[in-house]
Amino acid sequence: MTVPLQHPKHAALQNDGLLVLDGITKAYPSVVANDGVSVAFRKGHIHAILGENGAGKSTLMKIIFGVTQPDSGTMLWKGEAVAPRGPAHARALGIGMVFQHFSLFETMTVAENISFALPLPLKELSAKIRDLGERLDLVVDPGQPVHDLSVGERQRVEIIRCLLQDPELIIMDEPTAVLPPSGIPKLFQTLRKLADDGRAIVFISHKLQEIRELCHTATIMRAGRVVATVDPTVTPESELARLMVGSAIPAPKRDSHGFGTSPALKIESLDLPAPDPFAVALRDVSLEVFPGEIVGIAGVSGNGQSELVKVISGETRLGASGAGAVRLGGEAIGSLRAGGRRARGMAFVPEDRLGRGAVPSLSLADNALLTAPARSFAPKGLVSFSKVKDLASAIIAAYDVRCGGPDALARSLSGGNLQKFIVGRETALDPKLLIVAQPTWGVDVGATAAIRQKLIDLAKKGAAVLVVSDDLDELLEITDRIHVMFRGRLSDGHRAPFDRNAIGLAMTGFIAGEERATAHA
Amino acid sequence: MLDLALVPRTERSRSAPIVVPLIAVVLTLICGTLLLSLIGKSPAAVVHSFFIQPLSSLNGIGEIILKAGPLILIAQGLAIGYRANVWNIGAEGQLIVGAIAGATLAIIFETSNSVFLLPAMMLAGAAAGAAWAGIAAFLRVRFSASEILTSFMLSSVALQLLYYLVTGPLRDPMGMNFPQSIVFGSAALFDVLIPGTRSNMSIFVGLAATVLAWFFMSRTIHGFRLVVGGMAPDAARYAGYSSARAIWLSLLIGGACAGLAGVGEVAGPLGMLQRNLSPGYGYAAIIVAFLGGLNPIGIVFAALLMALLYVGGDFAVVSAGVPNASATILQGMLLVFYLAASLLFTHRIVRKSVKVAA
Repeated sequence: MTVPLQHPKHAALQNDGLLVLDGITKAYPSVVANDGVSVAFRKGHIHAILGENGAGKSTLMKIIFGVTQPDSGTMLWKGEAVAPRGPAHARALGIGMVFQHFSLFETMTVAENISFALPLPLKELSAKIRDLGERLDLVVDPGQPVHDLSVGERQRVEIIRCLLQDPELIIMDEPTAVLPPSGIPKLFQTLRKLADDGRAIVFISHKLQEIRELCHTATIMRAGRVVATVDPTVTPESELARLMVGSAIPAPKRDSHGFGTSPALKIESLDLPAPDPFAVALRDVSLEVFPGEIVGIAGVSGNGQSELVKVISGETRLGASGAGAVRLGGEAIGSLRAGGRRARGMAFVPEDRLGRGAVPSLSLADNALLTAPARSFAPKGLVSFSKVKDLASAIIAAYDVRCGGPDALARSLSGGNLQKFIVGRETALDPKLLIVAQPTWGVDVGATAAIRQKLIDLAKKGAAVLVVSDDLDELLEITDRIHVMFRGRLSDGHRAPFDRNAIGLAMTGFIAGEERATAHA
Repeated sequence: MLDLALVPRTERSRSAPIVVPLIAVVLTLICGTLLLSLIGKSPAAVVHSFFIQPLSSLNGIGEIILKAGPLILIAQGLAIGYRANVWNIGAEGQLIVGAIAGATLAIIFETSNSVFLLPAMMLAGAAAGAAWAGIAAFLRVRFSASEILTSFMLSSVALQLLYYLVTGPLRDPMGMNFPQSIVFGSAALFDVLIPGTRSNMSIFVGLAATVLAWFFMSRTIHGFRLVVGGMAPDAARYAGYSSARAIWLSLLIGGACAGLAGVGEVAGPLGMLQRNLSPGYGYAAIIVAFLGGLNPIGIVFAALLMALLYVGGDFAVVSAGVPNASATILQGMLLVFYLAASLLFTHRIVRKSVKVAA
């Protein structure tokens, strides 16, 4: 199904296929990542590649950028057949890529970092960086060391580095994933300018709103194939989602219910120095979560969320004197190990599934045992394997975990299925307090909806739920109250109905009614 | 030309635990024979004396059992720690301290005929070995000192302690100043297993340890926690398992096994405390533990092979005239080849598919 392109502004450029892929196929031992993919990128166009995790977006980009080679299929660059042998070759052709994960040396300045890609005298390079920055409104100081820059600024450095090599086609891999909401309009502005310059932009994302707002064309991939190419400005979001997932997505159902009166979790004026130079110190953090309530912690990642979560989970323990700073149902638990907190009714879904939430090389049954209470699953120290297996099977059934059964190794599951298993395991403990970090990171749309619904159901049954997420939309959708974490401090709670802009601003350090907090965004 | 590539495995290999040790053994055989033939020894004679001779006499088989016993016992203890990522490489020292403790009892109760003497010696040896390893555990838990270094250095300390004792307090007063203790009474010795050989009942201690190690690691929650801590330390912290406890448990078990093996030596083939207690069992057991895939059953076979190398080495020195160090060299080769081949646990070799340029 292909909807003809009808974007008025670019109608004249339609035949101007800068890069045309035809029948690209790439198979890996266990999966066909790209199956006969055909797509054309045009000059002056912002072209979205939309798909769930594992749909084959990354493989396709790797092929275009020469990181990997296709098994079959052709690539036409300006009408000529090419086969990029590696990133250097792709760059020489005029293809640039901005990766989601930055590759910058923290201790060097912006100009020094860029000089690796473009060996010019630093003075000349700095002038070019400033010049380009002014032209495209991508302002960074070439002499500033990278460790002083915010995530948004680092991304700008990556973009500038890419642009200085004057590419005609620019691949942006999930560029908004690392930005606070307030940084996104600016990025879009830049991308539009680049497109108006006559460059082709490939925008990889699974955020439908952004694609509808920014892109001229959207190619939707599912299970390695192109399922549709549409004009996203006229295609409704629900239709894009349906194409991406292959079925309609139920929205989480909520109803209002009362909260308990005494907090299940109470953190009072918690100060914690940074354990290592790359961690964030927590400063005067106070937080309460009541039974039945879902509380969200928003913020750009790296502002102290993971440090806070570890203090609550017990992975970081406070000394006996500080034990009272964290209370579970009134009891001081700050100095207890995670096991002791679990025994008192805490459960926790960490952001890293493999290696923390689950042991990759152990079976799901063994991973169910990981946090199961030893008293009932290993009486007298002897593991009851039949009980453990039953528990794993029950979780698999209840949460629709797609896997080879309780004996399947944890690492054989997709991210979303493993997350469903871990959420299932932790909720099976029937916790008084559930902490969930990044519940739907890298999880496909279908599993995301299921996981969010489970969290809502758990709160409805009277559990206190604390959700830490980079995805503000997720928090707006499921929480009753949102706190924002910025540089180790926690804001006051925002209550529903939420003011999206106020929360977004707080994520960059702005606090309503105050001057701009500490440095830049 | 054959174009081969290494590809990460997507699931656990069933054959690798058997194939990997076999590759190591075969490569050791080939390279060992090659090396010895380079110094002018007939390969046939070397192979014969290393692998055929020991197995063709009752005495040879007895010697293999004698040497396999302590290897099995120590390796079972070490493997538990290794699976928990606790690297006790000081089993040699723990063996020495265990031997000293057992011997001390045998010397104090020189004239005793009690059936409890030998069990008491075993208990004392295990406790002393555990205590010696416990020093490394304490240093690790309290000061984060690497147990690799401390347990290894403690072996040197143990050796000096032994030298002091056999030339001083525990020396046989009638021994004409030889650095050795009195010869133990029969109540302090293990019974002979196969008459006419030096093999003794202590092999059953090793076999009992095998069963216990299997049970502990695969049936108890404590074994499970150790395995989790070794495979994924973050997951262990997440689950609330104590890493201090894992370190203590690993080192105490390893130390107790090594100490027990030390008693097996003084109450077995030696019959006294002397300067040379062990031909490096504590170190060879490290190789045995890995060659056996850290698996209790695998360790029994690996220990038998290692014992064959020890005994074969003795035969080869006499009959094929190879240097004394050959057995040690072969042990070293075995470990190196095993470590190289263990890449196959996580990767497999495939022939590269020929690509057609698009």
